[in-house]
Amino acid sequence: MTSGMRGRTGACVLLVALLLSTLVSLSLGRFSIPLKTVAAILLEPLFDIPAFWSNTEAQVVWAVRFPRVALAAFVGAGLALAGASLQSLFRNPLADPQILGVSSGAALGGVVGILLAGTGWPTICGSFAGGIASLALVFWLAGGTGAGRGSAVMLVLAGLVVGAVGAAGIALVKYAADPDNQLPAIVFWLLGSLAAADKKSLYVTAPPILFSAALILGLRFHLSALAVGEEDARNLGVPVRTVRLLALGAAGLATAAAVAVSGVVGWVGLVVPHLVRLSFGANHRWFFLNTLLGGAGYLILVDTAARTLVAAEIPLGALTALLGAPIFAVLLRRLRGKTDA
Amino acid sequence: MPEPIVARDLGYRYDRDWVFRHLDFRLPAACLTAILGPNGCGKSTLLAALSGIRTPVEGTVSRRETGLALVPQSLEPTLPFTGLDMVLLGRARSISLFSAPTATDYAAARDALARLEAAHLADRAFDVMSGGERQLVLIARALVSSSAVLLLDEPTAALDWHRQAHVLNLLRQLADDGLAVAFTTHAPQHALDFADQVLLMAEPERQLSGPPEDVLGEEALSKLYRIPVKRLRLPDSECSTAIPVLRGYCPLSRAVREDARPS
Repeated sequence: MTSGMRGRTGACVLLVALLLSTLVSLSLGRFSIPLKTVAAILLEPLFDIPAFWSNTEAQVVWAVRFPRVALAAFVGAGLALAGASLQSLFRNPLADPQILGVSSGAALGGVVGILLAGTGWPTICGSFAGGIASLALVFWLAGGTGAGRGSAVMLVLAGLVVGAVGAAGIALVKYAADPDNQLPAIVFWLLGSLAAADKKSLYVTAPPILFSAALILGLRFHLSALAVGEEDARNLGVPVRTVRLLALGAAGLATAAAVAVSGVVGWVGLVVPHLVRLSFGANHRWFFLNTLLGGAGYLILVDTAARTLVAAEIPLGALTALLGAPIFAVLLRRLRGKTDA
Repeated sequence: MPEPIVARDLGYRYDRDWVFRHLDFRLPAACLTAILGPNGCGKSTLLAALSGIRTPVEGTVSRRETGLALVPQSLEPTLPFTGLDMVLLGRARSISLFSAPTATDYAAARDALARLEAAHLADRAFDVMSGGERQLVLIARALVSSSAVLLLDEPTAALDWHRQAHVLNLLRQLADDGLAVAFTTHAPQHALDFADQVLLMAEPERQLSGPPEDVLGEEALSKLYRIPVKRLRLPDSECSTAIPVLRGYCPLSRAVREDARPS
């Protein structure tokens, strides 16, 4: 099978998986709705289907579950794409939004928001500001997007510094927070959750993530070329600086938008691109699209598990880490087997 | 018509010692140039300086804007690309931002692999290919860029004799088609059989250049490689070849010979 056919097959499989996981997620919950009913409720605005469901069921699907499922899809797609593009940019399969320090920068902004004005809009605005500010700081520390040979290394080191500053800041905010009200809110938000999902958070997250996704998908071929090597890409005629600037900006924006509404949900940017590459290859045309579809489906499923597995809600960030680390360990072992051969 | 590449008084050093200096080099169109020199004499560095990915410490390189492709000795990509994926990257110059390879690009990539008798590598994973297979893919990647200048760093280093003959004849043909082609090699015979001109990087501040027959004499080659080299005219052929006398010059084998000598 050619790598193009493999990629196209992947896109079909992942699209079907995304649709199925959406349906399953909408049907599961404390108030369970049959899959057929969910499908009918979703299709009702488009087709003339006689209502055989109750008002409550329609309410649960559209008003309660849909915003959360859609938000999970956007956050998952954004984080996975951010991870995939950073892996290409740094030619490092272990790169991830946390490496650039954007995650912790956004998290610091979020907790400052909680400290000063409470959860909701202040958190969202704070993490946006924190994410963008940390991205700018990383750029400044690494000396812009200079075409120097060590610039990828410089960016990673700058990310390390900014990440450390973010972590220290978060510790200080926790120390200063009111232990009865603010501290629990901060800790829960930091664990990562989509429990507060509503239309408002969807409006905040969707546009920046859609914009970033469009940028990254548009750059898919040139990001692949960069993955082979900076010097080699320049010799092939790739506008390295422009591609790097655009892709870093897009990855940072997507991460900030995701953290703003869901807290720190780790590992998605690492695990999803790896699974996609392993199953469907790294074809220039399809890899980033497949990562988008896979990331959306993956986070929908994990979030469904987070809210349905036990009576109380499991923090999403804890679950993605719990799932991500073992998956990654298996991938590492397989990768090692490959290089031994 | 100006030459695609003209380098004047080129010098490069990594720290204090010059790798090469006072190097003048012209790469005309429709010309195949072989670059010879011992290990570490700066052949790869010279190609990098000519292609523009390294800035020389001294001197200037003027390039006519005709597109230039550099074939590295090897590459270690971090992502699992197939052979065809790798070749497609050669089209980067003609694929603008926010677009992806089209059917034309795919056809050109398959065509380039076929020209190297390497069509079977299209769907194989690049990271598990042998050194020789990788070289073929990287050469195909340079062909697909439709550049007027090709610079190849030891394109035949990992190839068997059949593949060497194939690649060298292809380079000859590309030069005859009007391309400016330069390659580095450790085999003087490649230069004698195929090249129009040769650049011999004899010493850091002394280079020889000219037609291979003139430059690659027994004395020059023996001095260059620090072993005796014989030039022989091949029977039933117009060609002559250069044969290194490999035995007897490594310290260990000299010691062995002296031990074996009856006292």
